[in-house]
Amino acid sequence: MNHNHPVFTDNDPQSELVTLNLGPTHPATHGVFQNVLQLDGERIVSGVSTIGYIHRAFEKIAEHRPFYQITPLTDRLNYCSSPINNMGWHMTVEKLLNIKLPKRVDYLRVIVMELSRIADHIICNTIIGQDTGATTTFLYLFQFREHIYEIFEEVCGARLTTNIGRIGGFERDFNDVAFAKINKFLKEFPKALKEFEALLNRNRIFIDRTAGVAEVTKEKALEYSWTGPLLRATGVDYDVRVSDPYSSYQDFDFEVPVGTSGDIYDRYLVRNEEMWQSLRIIEQAMEKLKTEEKGIFHADVPEFYLPPKQEVYNNMEALIYHFKIVMGEIDAPKAEVYHAVEGGNGELGFYLINDGGRTPYRLHFRRPSFINYQMFAPMSEGMLLSDAIINMSSMNIIAGELDA
Amino acid sequence: MEEATLNNEILNKLTEKFGEKVTGVSEPYGLLTFVTTKDVIVNVLSYLKDDLKFNFLTDITAVHYPEKEDGIAIVYHLNNMVERVRIRIKVFISEQNPTIPTATTVWKGANWMERETYDFFGVKFEGHPDLRRILNMDDLGVHPMLKQYPLEDPNRVDKKDEFFGR
Repeated sequence: MNHNHPVFTDNDPQSELVTLNLGPTHPATHGVFQNVLQLDGERIVSGVSTIGYIHRAFEKIAEHRPFYQITPLTDRLNYCSSPINNMGWHMTVEKLLNIKLPKRVDYLRVIVMELSRIADHIICNTIIGQDTGATTTFLYLFQFREHIYEIFEEVCGARLTTNIGRIGGFERDFNDVAFAKINKFLKEFPKALKEFEALLNRNRIFIDRTAGVAEVTKEKALEYSWTGPLLRATGVDYDVRVSDPYSSYQDFDFEVPVGTSGDIYDRYLVRNEEMWQSLRIIEQAMEKLKTEEKGIFHADVPEFYLPPKQEVYNNMEALIYHFKIVMGEIDAPKAEVYHAVEGGNGELGFYLINDGGRTPYRLHFRRPSFINYQMFAPMSEGMLLSDAIINMSSMNIIAGELDA
Repeated sequence: MEEATLNNEILNKLTEKFGEKVTGVSEPYGLLTFVTTKDVIVNVLSYLKDDLKFNFLTDITAVHYPEKEDGIAIVYHLNNMVERVRIRIKVFISEQNPTIPTATTVWKGANWMERETYDFFGVKFEGHPDLRRILNMDDLGVHPMLKQYPLEDPNRVDKKDEFFGR
């Protein structure tokens, strides 16, 4: 097959193969993905992925915006867990500026990030259920994603594209309603997750559809630079939270679940276990918050932290700092920095080069979906079409992160 | 401190093996960074992968410096998962003839990263199995991340640096 042309040129009338255009808008792909497949009956002979349908040139736009205006761009990468992207970006800038955050802010961030990890994994795992024919699981667990979004709404006012936090901390402290909602979630979610697992874990149909399908070895996963739950399902215990702890993750006691065969069932189990571990982390963070001094929600760095609006109108220093930050006039070292966080899909990296200008000289996102997805077409060869569909669901490819 | 000694160790091994080809060493925020040349880049990457256990290719990207003689920097980020060390390698290549040997021979995962770099910077990776645009449309005609292509209307004056004392 000629890879230079995404559409097959095999017009041999004797050919038994069927060319199928799966996507770019296909209900089974949950996003804008095009794969041109060549089928022998129901079996895929070869495939070519075409991506870039929602490319929005974020890296170029980022070169024209001051740091704080880049946060909304990161929202739109993996929009299923925007807070992780936001925090990752804030932490990159904080690393550049050598800002050290108070522990309480770190713990608040950990709560928000772990909640979004749960939201991300809920989407992926329920959709595997949906695609294997179990609509119940999807409808049942998906309401808890709604509850997580309600918590985000309480913290920052937005639900999906959150733009949560600021460089240096949060825009405001968590209010009592937010804490009450987190506590309610911690109480109710384990019950639902248990029921969700009871519906699928030992479900004969589910196991038949997923176990042994799309197996990937450790070596192959590392060769293709896989990260996140996909890599861990193959048995490699790489988690950025553990290998390069950020935001005080070293203070928490949690486990990194790994699978053995890297098949769809293992990926599902790894994600489920990660949700349990996230719950553990949130519980520990809530416990730790009790011993921290109340009311601290940002680092004391007025030259980098966007001041509250009331102060801007009533206080000269705040007005000056506000102006400087908004116009990108802050004193940032001329340096380059790479910072990675463990996103919902794997290592989300920010490579930032600052040349002392008002905007980054260059900002590159290492997007896990983009790098994970390149194995999809090669690994689909020889697979049944219906297996390829759930393989894609289990890779949790988010179009926004894929195309940036 | 432990990180610094590890970095020194890696650097010593690299200079022992590649001598003058390892230049521009720095350690911004603890991340060992060095510059090498395109004739040895594949050897450097395979040496790092096979002998120094940098088993994981984190990322490949590029940066454009129009004022420099060799104006395009290809940046590789590698990760040694066992010892938890990261390393950054840069290769500067000329803008007129932006070619560099492909890293797909070392890691298969370099494929799309290089395609992305080609798409946005026009860097031709020699020996790449499938070098074509990936995110932009095929007939775009330019490589949009190069600095000569402005994002916004160039006649806009409210964002010009000279009005801000720069």
